Amino acid sequence: MTAVPIGWFLILGSLLFSIGALGVLIRRNVIIIFMSIELMLNAVNFVFVAFARQLHSLDGQVMVFFVMTVAAAEAAVGLAIIISVFRNRETVNADEFNLLRW
Amino acid sequence: MHEAITHTAVAVSYLWLIPALPALGVLVNLSLGALLGKGAVGFIAPGTVAGGFGVALYCLVQILQLPPGSALEQTLWPWISAGNLQVDIAFRVDALSAVMICVVTGVGFLIHIYSVGYMHDDPSYARYFIYLNLFTCAMLILVLADNLPLLFVGWEGVGLCSYLLIGFWFDKEANASAGKKAFVVNRVGDAGFLLGTFLLFWSLGVGTHSLSFQDIAAHAKSIPLDTVTLITLLLFVGATGKSAQLPLYVWLPDAMAGPTPVSALIHAATMVTAGVYMIARLNFLFVLAPATLTVVATIGALTALFAASIGLMQNDIKKVLAYSTVSQLGYMFLGVGVGAFSAGVFHLMTHAFFKGLLFLGSGSVIHGMHGEQDMRRMGGLRTYMPTTYRTFLIGTLAIAGVPGLAGFFSKDLILAHAFSSSPVLWLVGLCAAGMTAFYMFRLVFMTFWGECRADEHTKHHIHESPATMTVPLVLLAVLSIVGGYVGLPEMWAWGNRFDAFLAPVFAAAQGGEHHMEMGLEYALMAASVGVAVGGIALAYVLYVARPELPGQIADQAAGAYDLISNKYYVDELYDAVLVQPALKLSNLLWRVVDVGIVDGIVNGSARVVGASSSFWRRWQTGNVEHYAVSMLFGAVLILVFFAWHSS
Amino acid sequence: MLYRMINPPEISWIAILPVLLLSATAMLTMVADLWTDGPDREGLGWIGLVGLMATAIAAVALWNTKLTSFAGAVVVDRYGLFFTLLFCVAAGLTLLMSMSYLEQTDIRTGDYYSLILFSTVGMVVMATAADLIVVFLGLEVMSIAAYALAGIWRSQVRSNEAALKYFLLGAFATGFLLFGIALLYGVAGTTTLTGIAQTASGATAEQRTLLIAGMALMIVGFGFKVAAVPFHAWAPDVYEGAPTSVTALMAVGVKSAAFAAFARIFMHTLAVMSPDWSAVLWVLAVLTMTVGNVTALLQRNIKRMLAYSSIAHAGYLLVGMVAGGELGGSAILFYLLAYTLMTLGAFSVVIALGRRGQPNENLEDYAGAGFRSPFLGMAMSIFMLSLAGIPPFGGFVGKFYIFSAAVKSGYIGLTVIGVMNSLISVYYYVGVLVRMYMTDGGVEITQPSSRPYLFATLVVAVAGTIALGLFPSTLFEVARQSFLALG
Repeated sequence: MTAVPIGWFLILGSLLFSIGALGVLIRRNVIIIFMSIELMLNAVNFVFVAFARQLHSLDGQVMVFFVMTVAAAEAAVGLAIIISVFRNRETVNADEFNLLRW
Repeated sequence: MHEAITHTAVAVSYLWLIPALPALGVLVNLSLGALLGKGAVGFIAPGTVAGGFGVALYCLVQILQLPPGSALEQTLWPWISAGNLQVDIAFRVDALSAVMICVVTGVGFLIHIYSVGYMHDDPSYARYFIYLNLFTCAMLILVLADNLPLLFVGWEGVGLCSYLLIGFWFDKEANASAGKKAFVVNRVGDAGFLLGTFLLFWSLGVGTHSLSFQDIAAHAKSIPLDTVTLITLLLFVGATGKSAQLPLYVWLPDAMAGPTPVSALIHAATMVTAGVYMIARLNFLFVLAPATLTVVATIGALTALFAASIGLMQNDIKKVLAYSTVSQLGYMFLGVGVGAFSAGVFHLMTHAFFKGLLFLGSGSVIHGMHGEQDMRRMGGLRTYMPTTYRTFLIGTLAIAGVPGLAGFFSKDLILAHAFSSSPVLWLVGLCAAGMTAFYMFRLVFMTFWGECRADEHTKHHIHESPATMTVPLVLLAVLSIVGGYVGLPEMWAWGNRFDAFLAPVFAAAQGGEHHMEMGLEYALMAASVGVAVGGIALAYVLYVARPELPGQIADQAAGAYDLISNKYYVDELYDAVLVQPALKLSNLLWRVVDVGIVDGIVNGSARVVGASSSFWRRWQTGNVEHYAVSMLFGAVLILVFFAWHSS
Repeated sequence: MLYRMINPPEISWIAILPVLLLSATAMLTMVADLWTDGPDREGLGWIGLVGLMATAIAAVALWNTKLTSFAGAVVVDRYGLFFTLLFCVAAGLTLLMSMSYLEQTDIRTGDYYSLILFSTVGMVVMATAADLIVVFLGLEVMSIAAYALAGIWRSQVRSNEAALKYFLLGAFATGFLLFGIALLYGVAGTTTLTGIAQTASGATAEQRTLLIAGMALMIVGFGFKVAAVPFHAWAPDVYEGAPTSVTALMAVGVKSAAFAAFARIFMHTLAVMSPDWSAVLWVLAVLTMTVGNVTALLQRNIKRMLAYSSIAHAGYLLVGMVAGGELGGSAILFYLLAYTLMTLGAFSVVIALGRRGQPNENLEDYAGAGFRSPFLGMAMSIFMLSLAGIPPFGGFVGKFYIFSAAVKSGYIGLTVIGVMNSLISVYYYVGVLVRMYMTDGGVEITQPSSRPYLFATLVVAVAGTIALGLFPSTLFEVARQSFLALG
């Protein structure tokens, strides 16, 4: 197995992370924003796994499990919040939530 | 000779009572005030201050009996401890603070009594006394404090109470804005004070420090000159804010919006002297910074002259007294600035007596005239209010520097010291003294002499104030006469007992003591008396002998030319050359410098902060994505900074 | 060869007793909710209070020990215990005020109490974490519960919006924090704080680069939670929209927990890197203080004003971190305690002024409040003066410690900016006093003495704020010992 240098993994992870971050900035639909955040988390997971492989340490993989579990919990609460927002406002467009400002 | 004095401290257990008694008054009136009714509130509030006065007198007697340089101390509990900082809640009474607590509680007590009558019909009677007691408590903490942080507790406390009391009658729009101005200006002063304290703490160096005045005194000499100059200048900024000196004096004339007894207590007798007290307290630090002392003396002298010149033209009776207070505070700073600390404190004390008296007298007039404060609608009140008139006249004679009264001795002492330091400063002080005599007698003549210019209805109801108000006036009048005799000029038999009493406190400052030639001292005294008499005479000419003159001057300024008549030719010449430019200058100074420039800076800086506030508010668009952008931007900036920093 | 036998780590049950008790209480309230019906759920609050009391007792009992558990992933030292006690106080007072507050809202679900307790569990975990995995877990337990709490007043559009914003931005910030953790893990080969500290002290140039990048990303993550500028923008919106009691918990609990982990990682684990991070935190501190205070000046809604105030206070705390050392660290701990009491007190007054269907959160509503309820007026005055740093209250002493620490470390410029800021802040804090005592009008007030829970909250907060101002030395000594326990 030819070893891919760790740097490449880091660059790919950073790219995925940036794509996710840009998605948060650009997209208007809160569900898609949330999916972009998930992409960011998964980019980090990717970096964790890469490091775990390089360092021959299980900690990184354990961390990935925790991140996935936490992300699931976060998704549950987040979707619940989005639903309750949708019930009151009948929209999931992030631009329209600006009752609170200044 | 002062080096030989040992500073012994006697631990006592009753000092806490002095501030605790007024605090007790606050608590009782706050929790039970509504239940007890006016009678009880009006008894408890002055009663607690009287109790404090009793303890203060006892302290004074103790200090007098102990060997010179002794102090009473009480450490209550350790307060702030951190690393090499160990600040206690501790009180200390030496000669200086003994004088101060007696003045604060004594004059405070009389003003409390006076307030019982003055505020009798006010619906917020209990609230007024709660604030007043709270103020007394804070002021006592300020003068009793053994260390700088505790002094700051009192410093902030008196500022807050002053703020609450200026805005006491908040239904008037002007009062609220006056409170605001006092507030903003005092912030600037507090910034100086706090930064000075932190810088002092930083520069004291290794070892455990309590920031107590002894601790600072012990280590002050090891601080480099530049640092000590900066520290003292910062502290002096604090003093200019609290004690209304150039350029931070603007709040004091506006503060007259509060009830008149408050003006007497806070804005004349006690709080505004806190800056003078602080410098006197830290005299050992200030003498290490001659540059700062020069600044203090110059600012003091300029303020004395500047405020006195504005006072010449004011028509509001309280405004005259307010500018007069600013001017007299300038004298005190002139005194401490030329190293005559005990003279400054002496004037602080006599000023508390006669200015307290004058303010209370003006309050009595306003009370009798049903709220009228414009002197142009007064006049002839001496027949209606004889006690007020007589006591007021005594106060006026005292402040004008007429020999034999308290103000003469203290002012003369400052001027004598100023002369040996710099004749220019002396001359400035002398001019201000002449103006003081003029505007004060102008006030007396306009208010109490001549014909009554009030409308018929008011005239009908003018009455002398009740005994609760006149008795404090009489007592303060007595003090305004005899108060000066504790500090006679050195050459006279009795000598300056006051100076001798305070000397141990100012031992560090009096290394180069000098005795003036007797002849010179008499000459200076004669000059002071001369300008005082001149000022009084001029006021008499303009406001009694020829009362139409000032009006004509005003007319002329408006463009009327019929004034030129041969009969008054001499007067007119005199007037045109001397009086009118002075009056115009006075008006100009007031309008341009006071209202225009200084207020402008104060309001302008507030506006700048306000504008940036609305600018930053725009950050908050309410849009999630904008927030995310701001976060990402911050993240990128931090990464870029690190990339740049570590390469 | 990766697949070794799994050796379960040794678990010291004693060490995690506080967390266990707290988690058990939280679950108990969930279960007990099944047996409570009707609108009154104060019983659940009482269960929570008893549980918090038990937790606090356990924390005090452990005071003289330093235990680790889960193979060193959790460390129960005085530092962690100090924060555990702080969170017990914060959560206890929040529960107390909630028991009055929920009456004036439509929040009728018992989950409210368990969520508060779960959020507190997360805080305690964060404060006792000695491993970045545990820090992350604690942070998420705390935050997820807080997201739900922010939106728990479901019929309120503003509560919905606050929850949504908090959730989206919080998750976004978590991404940065996680990336930072990943980079530190990549450098050190471990997520334990001791391992990272060892790596940091002997880092090669290449390792330093990754460490610094990781640090930068963690600053973003923690900066968000403590509401430091420019990661603060969520705070005013969320604080304004969330139910007031939840806002109170977020302002004190979440912020303190974030500072607990932030300070442990940066001031202890990454102490050798302090020349690098302190420059960044210097800038953040200045920005946070200034933007917080200046923006607060123009606010008309008291919750929003307190939000900006809490941003500014994060700035003062960052000054303590920049100052560093024993004095800076202990000053942070002390300041957080004082801040907790006075902020919770201020939010209780906000609750006390509100009534059902009429939140009365505008400053105009405070007009004349000092006369209509002297007790409320006095309490609010004390909180505002203390927040403004005016003696003799806890906030003044806290600021004095922080700025003394900064001065001692030679950060004169930072101190000057800090003092100036604290003087600007006096303006809006005293503005509340002016409303209460120098204007007329305003709203009807239910006397707090008729609402026992709220009254109790206020009494505790007032007493604490005054006590910290007059007798700070004992607690400062406790804070100092706690900080020194970091080693």
